[in-house]
Amino acid sequence: MPLLKNKRLDLSYSQMKWETVFKRLLIIMSAILVLLVVGILITLVVQSMPSIKSLGIGYLWGKVWDPVQNIYGAWPFLLGTLLTSFTALIISIPFSYAISIYLGEYNTRGWLSNLLKNTVELIAAVPSVIYGFWGLFVLVPVIRSLEMKIGVAPYGVGVFTSSLILSIMIIPYAASLGTALIRMVPSPLKEGAYALGATRFEVIRSVVLPYTRSGLFAGILLSLGRALGETMAVAMLIGNTSTIGNSFKEIFFGPGNTMASVIASQFTEADHTVYLSALIELGLVLFFVTVIINLIGKKIITKYTNN
Amino acid sequence: MKIVKSLQLTVVTIVACGITLSASAQDNTLLGAGSTFVYPLFSKIFSEYGKANNVKVNYQSIGLGGGILQLTNKTVDFGDSDAPLNADQTKKMGAPVLHIPMASGATVVTYNVPGVGNGLKLTGKDLADIYLGKVTKWNSPEIAATNRGLRLPNMPIVVVHRSDGSGTTFIFTDFLSKVNSEWASKVGKATAVNWPAGLGGKGSEGVSGLVKQIPGAIGYVELAYAIQNKMRFAYMQNKAGKFIAPSLASTTSASNIEIPADAKVSVTNTANAAGYPISGFTWVLIYKEQKYNGRSDARARMLLKLIWYNVHQGQKFCEPLNYAPLSKSAVKVAEKLLKSATYGGKAVL
Repeated sequence: MPLLKNKRLDLSYSQMKWETVFKRLLIIMSAILVLLVVGILITLVVQSMPSIKSLGIGYLWGKVWDPVQNIYGAWPFLLGTLLTSFTALIISIPFSYAISIYLGEYNTRGWLSNLLKNTVELIAAVPSVIYGFWGLFVLVPVIRSLEMKIGVAPYGVGVFTSSLILSIMIIPYAASLGTALIRMVPSPLKEGAYALGATRFEVIRSVVLPYTRSGLFAGILLSLGRALGETMAVAMLIGNTSTIGNSFKEIFFGPGNTMASVIASQFTEADHTVYLSALIELGLVLFFVTVIINLIGKKIITKYTNN
Repeated sequence: MKIVKSLQLTVVTIVACGITLSASAQDNTLLGAGSTFVYPLFSKIFSEYGKANNVKVNYQSIGLGGGILQLTNKTVDFGDSDAPLNADQTKKMGAPVLHIPMASGATVVTYNVPGVGNGLKLTGKDLADIYLGKVTKWNSPEIAATNRGLRLPNMPIVVVHRSDGSGTTFIFTDFLSKVNSEWASKVGKATAVNWPAGLGGKGSEGVSGLVKQIPGAIGYVELAYAIQNKMRFAYMQNKAGKFIAPSLASTTSASNIEIPADAKVSVTNTANAAGYPISGFTWVLIYKEQKYNGRSDARARMLLKLIWYNVHQGQKFCEPLNYAPLSKSAVKVAEKLLKSATYGGKAVL
């Protein structure tokens, strides 16, 4: 009996051609993306050259930002960026985790689950300028009365206020990723734990969370990346002061500045070559800070998944 | 297939019409960019000019830095700035640039002190000391000395400045540099400086928002802005020793001096007894040699005629919009500058 011919194996010439074309198209598009990022990096480096030549490496820890004498230093802005981003992350983590676990484990289906999921995604959709306005008119007076109670200068605007707004803005990134991952935990794993007599909380703690640990951490990295680069809301709420306070209380509750907010505020009016180039160098520093934090994060993830 | 083809034809025709229409519009549309301070005045003048002549003017108020950049790149016909070009910008321009005065405006000092109404008297030196962070309370002896009889509360002064670069900051710091030597050496004058103390607000709206919200705050905004938003302002002491309220009249008095031939003059800390000391001009910037980048003689003529209108008939729109009009001597200097503009070496007007 002759074997039945598998017609599928008789691929025509045009089918083979399209397979190759498709693969090449994907490779080209990925290459374009990589080239774009490299291009941005090269542009930043080239445009910061005047500032790098005149200020040198001391720019990174310089504390003075003087456009009149053309002395620039990035330290206050580096401090402000890291302080606001990490504070916002720490405030937002409990909320992101709580939403992910609730939507992923307790309430995966139904009208309430959908409503909650859509609301969380809506938080990400609101423009950051609106957050800035809301912060200015609603949050700042509240923080001002809080500061009067604590006994620090009652500005209202400052590092603390911007951290609060940032923490609201970055919740959706970790929460959405976390929800999707927790829903993907295979049922046999959970059912095995239940069969052994684990309570719901014990199943979450011992089965679900370790399984999704690397993914949840990646969600946190995503939130942190968003917080590092956030410009408009921070520019309106941070107080725009380029000097560093004396005590931690002053730095934390008082006004400060972040790299993104300085660039946004002063870029259009930079009237000297060195001034403009110093701002672009600030952008380069922000770029590198983001890259370094992402690399550290990836390393932590691989360390945990290999363990 | 036929429907698709006819749709394609329609799209192509519309696009072609659009291109030709915009091309013809290009010929009688002038482009300008620059200071936000002068935008309300320019809107009014240009719309009135457009009604009488077949010329449209497209002015983008992107800030004086943006205007200077666009003029350097030769993408606009004219720019507008509240601060004269500095050495770095002049070098980048390459060719000589004329500064033609348009109008003058004042920068007022606004504050939010409970129990104190309009008219707090401040000397320039005290204002600079406040902004240096040396005078920290409202009831300090320096402020009390110029305001005898006024009950000042024991509140800390919250200093508010601009977080973005602006011409208003230039005029303000120019005044502070003239009246306080420590400010001149430590901080200096520019569109953006290293502020020793205080919070930054973005734009005049940011500054006024912060001042309104924080009790004990002090800030600076443009006069037109303060009048429109009914803000409290201080009476500043000028060089003649008098405390002057900011107004159109006092700004006009301050600018009513002999201005040099290139019109780059600072009128802060005026010696005129009735003049408000924190005033400044705004200038329109054009290239002196108008034949560049393939510009036509007609276009150069159109531009110069527009600016001529600005300094003559356009001045009547200044007062209703809270700008101080040019004095007679300033108009003469502007005329001379406009007559010195050339096209291919020959004077245009």
